Amino acid sequence: MRILTVKGVRIDDTFAEAFGMRATALTITADTARWARQAAVTMTGFATSVIGCGCEAGIDCELTVKRTPDGRPGVRVLLFATSSTELQKQLQARVGQCVLTSPSSACYAGIKGEEALKLGNALRYFGDGWQVSKRFGGKHYWRIPVMDGEFVCEATTAVTKAAVGGGNLIIIGRTSETTRAAAEAAAAAITRVPDVIAPFPGGIARSGSKVGSKYKGVLASTNDAYCPTLRGAVKTSLDADAGAVLEIVIDGLTSEAVATAMRASIAAIVKLGPKRGATRISAGNYGGKLGPHHYHLRDLLP
Amino acid sequence: MKPLLLALRQRPDQRLDLSPLVPHLISGRSAVEIERIELQMTRWRVSVGDVFRLRMGDPGRIRIDGSCDRLDRVGQAMTGGEIFVDGDVGTQAGRSMAGGRLTVTGNTGPWAASGMKGGLLEIRGATGAFLGAPLAGEMAGIRGGLVIVRGRAGERAGDRMRRGTIVIEGEAGAYAGSRMIAGSLIVGKKAGALPGYLMKRGSIVLGAGCEAVSPTFVDCGYHELLVMRLWAGILHPHSKKAATLLRRPLQRLAGDMAVLGKGEIFIGSQS
Repeated sequence: MRILTVKGVRIDDTFAEAFGMRATALTITADTARWARQAAVTMTGFATSVIGCGCEAGIDCELTVKRTPDGRPGVRVLLFATSSTELQKQLQARVGQCVLTSPSSACYAGIKGEEALKLGNALRYFGDGWQVSKRFGGKHYWRIPVMDGEFVCEATTAVTKAAVGGGNLIIIGRTSETTRAAAEAAAAAITRVPDVIAPFPGGIARSGSKVGSKYKGVLASTNDAYCPTLRGAVKTSLDADAGAVLEIVIDGLTSEAVATAMRASIAAIVKLGPKRGATRISAGNYGGKLGPHHYHLRDLLP
Repeated sequence: MKPLLLALRQRPDQRLDLSPLVPHLISGRSAVEIERIELQMTRWRVSVGDVFRLRMGDPGRIRIDGSCDRLDRVGQAMTGGEIFVDGDVGTQAGRSMAGGRLTVTGNTGPWAASGMKGGLLEIRGATGAFLGAPLAGEMAGIRGGLVIVRGRAGERAGDRMRRGTIVIEGEAGAYAGSRMIAGSLIVGKKAGALPGYLMKRGSIVLGAGCEAVSPTFVDCGYHELLVMRLWAGILHPHSKKAATLLRRPLQRLAGDMAVLGKGEIFIGSQS
């Protein structure tokens, strides 16, 4: 494999392989930015990977009072799943348990589209007959009486089929500390890109996985080729100077958004440099046969 | 392109049904063809050219000048485009309207917006009784769209309303929102007696209270509800008075308990 070097950081001439997903977006508002954030954080908790969590979710951005339907501080949340049915199930459970319950919250569609997902239309039954339907300005809302007043929720949100999940970067550094610094810079860059999330804790995954296992029934297991402690024992992908590896996984509403986020991440890592950050950037793929979206790192250089 | 202008030659001596003069029915016709369109008067038929001076223009934008209260069913069943009426109109203005925009600078007669399904009807003067109400034998009144009345509305505004929004910036007569099935009705100034009489669902907002509240409405206290804020934001471009009213704390009365009881009347705190 050819190696490119940009400002001392080695970049593998490889590509990230990503998959088509179903996604939706929500706007969550509350009386204060703190409570809007709280509802969004709670709702997107335990949503790092579709393998174990049913969906991947995260905060896209915070919204100022001018950008929300009700003029209150808000947060835009993105949810990704492998099918519309699963997305509907996750949406209903998460909004019902985490947003409806959060003080002063309201929930609106965060994306337009033809295919609808039930939002208020599913949660309205909590009103036990006291729920009120309102149609204003071409939109349909449900008012559900709750103990601090009313929970206002738009009837539906939309689902996009153009979403992409699994855009990724593998960040390799000399020590755990410098690698983490590079990954943090990359994750921070992603938060500034619209329409994307990095669903892992703080945007970073330390336990990258490979498909399959020696154990029967285990679908995914540790990515031994990138484990620095196994460097001599397995067919490794690491160089002699590698001490730690972290992965960034990116989900976006469009393929362009994922590419933009990857470009921003690489730029942030390169800017930090090999001494304080990563020495090498790579990406995960399955040989290009499984996922339709390929992001070649050489096309995304700063 | 200028709007198509219809200037009334003189006040007709009988009532005149203007329902054929809506954008979707006259588009694609020449000036001569439009002048030959027959209109029904109370006892006989006349052609457009007999009663109006026509100046050809964009048929999607019709302007009626010198209008009077004998012109009935203006904008009936219109689906799009715009009709601007300078003056008063008679009964059933915007009847069964499904889209577009109808503006009347003067007053309208009874049953304006009756059976309306969509679009925007603005009445800058006053309107008669039964605004948005069903005609005899019909099950429901207005079922969509937005009606703005800058002046006063007569009795039974929003009778049997099914959906949509009616904003009356002035006063309203007795029984505003009577038998409402659902929808939203705002009265900026004082309403007559017994608003929401036998309403099932829906919301009525009274900016300055009413002459008498039915005893079948129960007090639910003063609230500043988020949905009112949301609604105010949507109504603000159409009616600043209504938007201001909705941003105040409002007393919620639930009713009419004589029937289903899932409706609500909100009363501004100043009353």
